[in-house]
Amino acid sequence: MEDTKPEETNVEEQKEEENKICLEKLEEAKLKDKYPHLGNKPGGSDLLRKRLQKGPKYFDSGDYNMAKAKTKNKQLPVAQMEKVEITGDHITGDHIPTPQDLPQRKPSLVASKLAG
Amino acid sequence: MAGAGGGGNDVQWCFSQVKGAIDDDVAEADIISTVEFNHSGELLATGDKGGRVVIFQQETENKSQPQCRSEYNVYSTFQSHEPEFDYLKSLEIEEKINKIRWLPQKNAAQFLLSTNDKTIKLWKISERDKRPEGYNLKEEDGRYRDAATITALRVPVFRPMDLMVEASPRRVFANAHTYHINSISVNSDNETYLSADDLRINLWHLEITDRSFNIVDIKPANMEELTEVITAAEFHPHQCNTFVYSSSKGTIRLCDMRASALCDKHSKLFEEPEDPSNRSFFSEIISSISDVKFSHNGRYMMTRDYLSVKIWDLNMESRPVETYQVHEYLRSKLCSLYENDCIFDKFECCWNGNDSVVMTGSYNNFFRMLDRSQRRDVTLEASRESCKPRQVLKPRRVCAGGKRKKDEISVDSLDFNKKILHTAWHPQENIIAVATTNNLYIFQEKVN
Repeated sequence: MEDTKPEETNVEEQKEEENKICLEKLEEAKLKDKYPHLGNKPGGSDLLRKRLQKGPKYFDSGDYNMAKAKTKNKQLPVAQMEKVEITGDHITGDHIPTPQDLPQRKPSLVASKLAG
Repeated sequence: MAGAGGGGNDVQWCFSQVKGAIDDDVAEADIISTVEFNHSGELLATGDKGGRVVIFQQETENKSQPQCRSEYNVYSTFQSHEPEFDYLKSLEIEEKINKIRWLPQKNAAQFLLSTNDKTIKLWKISERDKRPEGYNLKEEDGRYRDAATITALRVPVFRPMDLMVEASPRRVFANAHTYHINSISVNSDNETYLSADDLRINLWHLEITDRSFNIVDIKPANMEELTEVITAAEFHPHQCNTFVYSSSKGTIRLCDMRASALCDKHSKLFEEPEDPSNRSFFSEIISSISDVKFSHNGRYMMTRDYLSVKIWDLNMESRPVETYQVHEYLRSKLCSLYENDCIFDKFECCWNGNDSVVMTGSYNNFFRMLDRSQRRDVTLEASRESCKPRQVLKPRRVCAGGKRKKDEISVDSLDFNKKILHTAWHPQENIIAVATTNNLYIFQEKVN
């Protein structure tokens, strides 16, 4: 681990900085290789917006019924694609929580183990 | 021997206690989400993901046995917040306790503020060690006596009983935050406090729950223009008109409430200059400040970003006066840390009582002590393997690359699921509380 040395020369500091930037850019290149479309989306920071939302759980009865109908009728009319919305990471119509999927939200009746 | 001495390399830290279950299978509710000493250090509160608060109390030292250091034992535990569902927005409201802040003690009872994403609650913790006995109209078990049978009067008296600690919610401050609350901070005026979410900061009076003043609002008119969010906020320890808030872009704004009702215009902007040509995809993410804390003396503030801790002099906005690397070896791992979301982990930091040493957590259950006065640092580990009473903690070393020396651990062997996000330092003594995922470790200074 580095100790903070106030007597470090400017040259050494500069080299360290350059090293740091090199490392970061190497890591960035690795990421871009894996995910070429990262950072190209328009409309403000995706990261920030994702952070603000923290995963809303939408239930749309229309989508729910459409999905039920989907399983009966495999062919999707083209018009339905226009109705697809992008909310957070999920496209409604695709990830629909069914009553069975929703976890039970009950308060903890058990005491904390820290108090045990 | 006890005192707010340096905590760096002079001090040897020893294991004192560990709280929580040993098993590796951690229930989500048991994940510790906040740790805070009260102003005297006598009480230590923890909050968890299950919405529960556990308060420990320091036992009064046994003067005849100085070797036997005071221990923290359970004082009170209660369910602070419960899971809720916002039907209008289809949003789950987690019961996880994001922050606990103690109020300075005014009378026999203790008060603390605890908050989840949306609601802040003021809890009163009081002791009952006496109960009235000898009522005229009631039996001891509470049943009413038949008035016709009463022939004499007596004076009820208080008799001692086993200590009972009761926690009751005294105020509920709700419906003031559209976004998720990340900070609460009690003002030095002991009447008001602030609560901050991603985009707004509100000022409350401790007695009034049906309204609060909005003092900072950084929400853009068009959400597409959103470039930064508020990550933490704190009141100045002595100046009741001053507070700071940090952002996801690595800046800190100091605001003066005397200047205007809405403090959108900062009085000071603390930002370290950066060469734009040096920016990488990760630059902004790792510069996001996860915690900001004023020093006890009110002259400095400390910020924690992903890889470093910075100390700022309130009189100098252009750059920090000190920068400490927490785990620089992670810079060559940013790609994988982004993929596993660890790059978004929010580490907290804290000062010791006399502002000479700062502490922050890292991965692999490591935590770092950074001695400002001695300009030295040490890495320690909170582990079940160093749990013998008064066992001295051995410094840990991470090998960044190349040949690994004996006793060193290589970066690739670090366990990124073992994060120490929350730590707290006793306000006067060298006693620290370190939270791993589901355990609370208490370490103390070695007494010779």
